[in-house]
Amino acid sequence: MKNTISHRVADFLKNFPPFNVLGQTDLETLAQEITIVYKEKDSVIFAENDEPHPHFYVVNKGAVALKKGLDKSIMDMCDEGDIFGLRPLMAQENYKMTAKAHEESILYAIPINIFKPYAQRNIAVGNFLIESFASNTRNPYSKSHRGKLYDEVPDLNPVAPDTQVLDLQSVQYSKKLVTCTATTSAKTIAKRMTEKKVGAMLVVKDKMPIGIITDKDLRNNIVTGKYPITTMARDIMVSPVITYNKHMTITQAQMAMMKSNISHLCITKDGTPNSKAIGILSKHDVMVALGNNPAVLIKAINRAKKIKSIKQIRKSITQLLQDYLDQNIPIKLTTKIISELNDACVKQIIKLSLEEMPTKPPVKFAWLALGSQGRSEQLLQTDQDNALVFENVPEDRLIETTDYFLKLSKLINKGLFDIGYDYCPAEMMASNPNWCLSLEEWKKTISQWIINPGTDEVLLSSIFFDYNITYGDVNLVNELSEHIFDATKKYPIFYLHLASGALQNPSPTGFFRQLLVEEDGEHKDSFDLKRRALMPLTDAARVLILSHSVKSINSTAERFEKLAELEPNNEEIFMACSYATRALLKFRTKHGLLHNDSGRYIAIEELTKEEKIKLKRTFKTIKEIQELVSIRFKVSNLLR
Amino acid sequence: MINFFKKKVNDYPDYWQEYENSFNKKPIEDPSLVRFVVLDTETTGFDYLNDRILCIGALSLVNKNIALNQSLELFLKQDHYNAETAKIHGILKNGGTSCISEGAAMKELLGFLQNAVIVAHHAIFDITMINRALERNGLPRLKNKVLDTSNLYKKTLLNSNVFKKKEHYSLDELAEKFDISQKDRHTAMGDAYITAIAFLKIRSRLKGKGQLQLKDLLKMG
Repeated sequence: MKNTISHRVADFLKNFPPFNVLGQTDLETLAQEITIVYKEKDSVIFAENDEPHPHFYVVNKGAVALKKGLDKSIMDMCDEGDIFGLRPLMAQENYKMTAKAHEESILYAIPINIFKPYAQRNIAVGNFLIESFASNTRNPYSKSHRGKLYDEVPDLNPVAPDTQVLDLQSVQYSKKLVTCTATTSAKTIAKRMTEKKVGAMLVVKDKMPIGIITDKDLRNNIVTGKYPITTMARDIMVSPVITYNKHMTITQAQMAMMKSNISHLCITKDGTPNSKAIGILSKHDVMVALGNNPAVLIKAINRAKKIKSIKQIRKSITQLLQDYLDQNIPIKLTTKIISELNDACVKQIIKLSLEEMPTKPPVKFAWLALGSQGRSEQLLQTDQDNALVFENVPEDRLIETTDYFLKLSKLINKGLFDIGYDYCPAEMMASNPNWCLSLEEWKKTISQWIINPGTDEVLLSSIFFDYNITYGDVNLVNELSEHIFDATKKYPIFYLHLASGALQNPSPTGFFRQLLVEEDGEHKDSFDLKRRALMPLTDAARVLILSHSVKSINSTAERFEKLAELEPNNEEIFMACSYATRALLKFRTKHGLLHNDSGRYIAIEELTKEEKIKLKRTFKTIKEIQELVSIRFKVSNLLR
Repeated sequence: MINFFKKKVNDYPDYWQEYENSFNKKPIEDPSLVRFVVLDTETTGFDYLNDRILCIGALSLVNKNIALNQSLELFLKQDHYNAETAKIHGILKNGGTSCISEGAAMKELLGFLQNAVIVAHHAIFDITMINRALERNGLPRLKNKVLDTSNLYKKTLLNSNVFKKKEHYSLDELAEKFDISQKDRHTAMGDAYITAIAFLKIRSRLKGKGQLQLKDLLKMG
């Protein structure tokens, strides 16, 4: 039956091949027969060797991983608009891969008996299918064939995409051409290149490339004074342009650039200079394609104009993290690099959100990352915790100013959500009016927490006090820190409460030194690494460092290192804590990557003997530091 | 006495009897087998007595699947309408789509519902509007079990002193929270779709507290 929802489905499908070649009426008819399927994260859609379903699938939202073999290595990842599970239906054989929801997903199930007549009747659809099936056997991983019809790969062993077959992938070039004509002046060219943030400008005549001008040409010809700034493009351009067609691979592109010693290639419709120019490929694009290098990633993040592209980059960051862990790069370095990259993503989202706002911010402000993000310990994506502080404004302007920043925060929170940071279940986010305050209001709130430290206040301060500035005015944040130190010095009883809060986490081991696991709930029988092992260390570091009034060291491991420096007589225990924190963090990250979750809960039976011993070794340190905190802040047994 | 009851039942049209008989089947407990009907109504206003249903959108949900060829979208003929609400809903009096009488719409709706569990956002409003329409056509009230996504959503939220739950959550808030496109918002079918996806996501979040049976869901909302 035709209705509002089938319209919506048709609207979505028409953007993706092969549906884009179907007429509107055909598409509407097809859409009416579709079933919308909801899949929880990690639920299986079909398993290897299952009999084919009566329908194939298109991803509407989320992501689906196609896996193969005993080790369940991921063969491909299907995103929005990608089709999967079609080939076995056409070939009438069982599924050759397992499809599993990598994220919470919504799929459209399209009945094959309704779709097949279209494939037979419509030549364009049929060709698309044949081409995709054929390309699957040739090179199923190539980027140019992504999002088509993967399902079976008979001859190839599973390999991680993006690494081994990378050389054969087609390149991603920038399709937004910046061009000028032969008579454009050098000044105009330079202006437009600055405006569009590109390193080269194509000179075209009737859409065909006749020459190219790069940053280097401008420097060599204009800045040196060789030519005046009013010179026309034709006098300084490099010609002829080296052209290729869009199917060139990354290796070919690299070779071509090296051979001619140039930094830009022009992509034309048929690969010759006598056809329409459709894109430009720079050295930078090649670097990005070659991928996992932090410097390249940072550059890519800063250039990202859309939140969607940041989401793609985040995937490379996760891949980089996996590589670092596999290669056993010191976790200290890994944490630093990954945190920097995550930070850059957040910064870029804030920048994009600011651009989206109709006006500039009325006063200075600062965006604060709280919790694990604030401590730069967030390697995997978890929930977002953040807050916003803005400059004090006169009373009569407070409401409108708050409104502005709430709107901005809402955009930023949504942006972070879109790149994979879930909303904080307790709404500790800047879009919550309680977490978006002026400096004065924040000072008042914090004083309240410090003067009347109940359980809630201690909890709130333990989350908030690990704040770290991500974006904005650093003076606001410094003033806030000073306020906290002053207030805690005036009310030392607060240390006692914070310290007792730090001792309240449940013990990691039982009487027989066995690991204590959760007794019920969703994570029954797994070990809560965060609550039983990491949090005691984080909490202890926080209260100790606060009592020394040390600011701007946020990471737990670094806090312990600083403490070791401040208290040489306790150096040994503090260094042990620093080491334990890093070891646990690495543990958590490894498990998180393995299971595509936050790594918080660990299934004990999956651990090797060695891992168990490693884990237990850190518990001794935890016990010692808790004793130290208990004695130093005189937390009596009664309070505990 | 028995005759008296029988007689009364016989007064209702056949489609009501068919609807009523569907409840004689043994109820299913396993939520993956239960048929849910997610519905939304657009009305001329919020007055139970004077306002009328403009449009009903209903989707059938079985085992996390929504089959589009089993959905219902009804536009009702209006005797009086309020220009203000018409503006919001974008449904003009007898405009464009084919409209049917209230009585015919009720017949279609009952035939579609059968003994399914109804899911709606702020369900009490939609159910009351439908019951009033049934009443005007000489029929009894709906017999279906009802789940309210507004109540269910609240159960997914953290129980913490640090964070205050609101009394009511709008469909907009749910759509935002669960990242559901708000396209077609304020059409009955569009809202029914948002409610359906929200319902699925809520259930997956509630599952953390053990496998949910239908009776658990009914207890919650």
